[in-house]
Amino acid sequence: MVSGCSPNEEAATQQPVANELPGYGRNEHEKQHDREVLAEEFLNEHELETIAVLVDIILPSNANFGSATDAGVVDFIDFIVKDMPYHQLPIRGGIAWLDIHSNKMHNKVFKDLTIDQQKAICDTIAYPGKTESELMAGERFFTRMRNLTMTGYFTSEIGIKDLGYQGNRPGVWDGIPADVLSEHDVDYEPEWLAKCVDQSKRTEIAEWDDEGNLLT
Amino acid sequence: MQVIESSKTYDVAIVGSGAGGGMATKILSEAGFDVAVLEAGPFFDPAQDEYRTQLRWPWESPRRGASSDRRSFGDFDAAYGGWNIEGEPFSNAPGTNFWWFRSRMLGGRTNHWGRISLRFGPLDFKRKSVDGLGDNWPIGYDDVKPYYDKVDKLIGVFGSKENIHNEPDGYFLPPPKPRLHELYYIKGARKSGIPVIPSRLSILTKRINNQRGSCFYCGQCNRACSAYADFSSGTCLIFPAQKNGGKVELFTDAMVREVTTNSEGKATGVNYINKADRKEYHLKAKVVVMAASACSTARILLNSKSSVHENGLGNSSGLVGHYLHDSTGASRSVFIPELMDRKTYNEDGVGGMHVYTPWWLNDKKLDFPRGYHIEVWGGMGMPGYGFGFNPNDLNKVTGGTVGGYGDSLRDDIKKYYGATMGVSGRGESVPQRDNFCEIDHEKVDQWGIPVLKFNYQWTEHEVKQAKHMQDTFEEVLDATGGILLGDKPGADRDYGLTAPGQIIHEVGTTRMGDDKKESVTNKYNQLHDCENVFIMDAGPFVSQADKNPTWTILALAWRASDYLVDQVKKRNIV
Repeated sequence: MVSGCSPNEEAATQQPVANELPGYGRNEHEKQHDREVLAEEFLNEHELETIAVLVDIILPSNANFGSATDAGVVDFIDFIVKDMPYHQLPIRGGIAWLDIHSNKMHNKVFKDLTIDQQKAICDTIAYPGKTESELMAGERFFTRMRNLTMTGYFTSEIGIKDLGYQGNRPGVWDGIPADVLSEHDVDYEPEWLAKCVDQSKRTEIAEWDDEGNLLT
Repeated sequence: MQVIESSKTYDVAIVGSGAGGGMATKILSEAGFDVAVLEAGPFFDPAQDEYRTQLRWPWESPRRGASSDRRSFGDFDAAYGGWNIEGEPFSNAPGTNFWWFRSRMLGGRTNHWGRISLRFGPLDFKRKSVDGLGDNWPIGYDDVKPYYDKVDKLIGVFGSKENIHNEPDGYFLPPPKPRLHELYYIKGARKSGIPVIPSRLSILTKRINNQRGSCFYCGQCNRACSAYADFSSGTCLIFPAQKNGGKVELFTDAMVREVTTNSEGKATGVNYINKADRKEYHLKAKVVVMAASACSTARILLNSKSSVHENGLGNSSGLVGHYLHDSTGASRSVFIPELMDRKTYNEDGVGGMHVYTPWWLNDKKLDFPRGYHIEVWGGMGMPGYGFGFNPNDLNKVTGGTVGGYGDSLRDDIKKYYGATMGVSGRGESVPQRDNFCEIDHEKVDQWGIPVLKFNYQWTEHEVKQAKHMQDTFEEVLDATGGILLGDKPGADRDYGLTAPGQIIHEVGTTRMGDDKKESVTNKYNQLHDCENVFIMDAGPFVSQADKNPTWTILALAWRASDYLVDQVKKRNIV
């Protein structure tokens, strides 16, 4: 291809495209969808600040791991309400409900309350089955926020580490660790084990006799 | 707008690049034929990073892998599309709730499927002889066995020799050891007197050649394997066919509309819409192989009307689209208190279950015909969107607080991580003439092509089978020492029977047979009405056992391709 680009134009083409995510195996149709969603705005600054307060009440940091906001849960929720529009009304309305409720009680919106005041409100809407009927809308909102917080956290890098999930990497599965077998008082049946793969031969190319018996 | 003619006439045009189309591509190109493969979706190769979803982390997706209209099984699943494809609708007749899963991409649904690779057994080809219902196949196990053997060796499948009459053994790679929850299933099944054997999946626990790697145990076969260590049509059939020097020309984003025929009724090629320029093209070919999926093939045949083929191509019997049938399905899950607060370790294993229960009551008199196998799921999987929802609902069972907030939620999550397990039955339905897809003349897709309309009702056979599944699940899961979750679905919910189509095993729309009036193809997958058109997807299935259809699609496509080559050599075709 003939290149007539000036250095400036070349530099411009090397800029990351706005609203383009790092690749994660998308086809063209999906890339287009992501670009459109990223270009939208739904939650406003006040709403995002309120969400940040709420998600850290739901999942604060502890001695070993960061909080929900540390794990990027606010950004996750900001995206997900645009990507899954059915979250929009319940979350916008829920935040407004929470502010009205806070105003009634303390004459301040939720995010400006003291942490003790905030938690006192959460205590009234965080326990399904124990909520007063006039606060049910708050319970529904809190449940949604807890779900999104938990899923956002445990699908983040921090959360996966916290959980202790150790897969998603190349390895060799050679059965349940011996200490786990004994802890659960179970064991492999010898006849079953005899059928299973000998992992020391996994890279040898399979050959069979005419009866289908594996020779390698 | 004029149809644009191809300058070249191909020996064979293959419509669809899934299991059947891939096998036809390999066998026919290796026989020296000049082959054109038409795929309605884009190119896909899991070894190239731009397509790769394998080994990605949930946070790489802004929706954390959630499902969407663009990928029904989630961002990291390899199958594009799914239950909905934008611009390509279908209809259900009143009272029908058929689900149709389509994946428009090179390799089709083989990119994400469960790799459950079961041979049909001797009884499965002759079920009418057993229960008097439906029809026998015009062929039997002995006709297909040599091809199952060849497929095993070419593609690779792990399993174990068990000498069960209707679950024929093959050329197996060794299976992986069971996971912890699978030992609990084995325990429950043993107590209930139900057999369990190592599963049979087309995943390479050993190398089978130097072109494909062996499994590295990420448990993500549904994401398509970058090492080609599981079966998908592109990686195991089409790419090797190209590398072997075969004449294989790939047309992607080519949406085939109809098979064209001449004044004598013989096929002359296909008309397709190029999705890139929305123009219509005619590709000339001496033979046409249809492998677009049972329903898509039926749609194309029904849309291929001519003066010779007035009811659509191959449809003099009026049976194209009829006898459509899917597997039955039902599920149940259990919470196993002994698995609470588990030590975590990497138990990803292969993609899917390491153990399963084949149908075990062929000799028993039951109140329903045919049978089902049981699949097992559970374990400490990688979190995705939805993980952590209702984080401590199981506290209802163990006696703790439900809901709340704060650091204790972390403890709840870890307490229950990997402590639930489930089973799913997949069973054989009885094919019905009145279950069918037809052309909906009132609706076209965005390419202007009339769409399909489904007409499908389960019968009492399938409902009773689902009831038997639920009773079995209850017994086996109870025997694991666990606490069953959810309510047992009763008659009001058809015992949890899945909607038709949901198991994604739709077959039977162009069934084979010896009688032209009662079938669409002969026993070699060749149209009765048009000798140079073959159907190599699951359309020709007369019945489908309780077994996933892919291994049989592959074996029959190989068999039909050998026959096709032989017929051309003998000048019986063209």
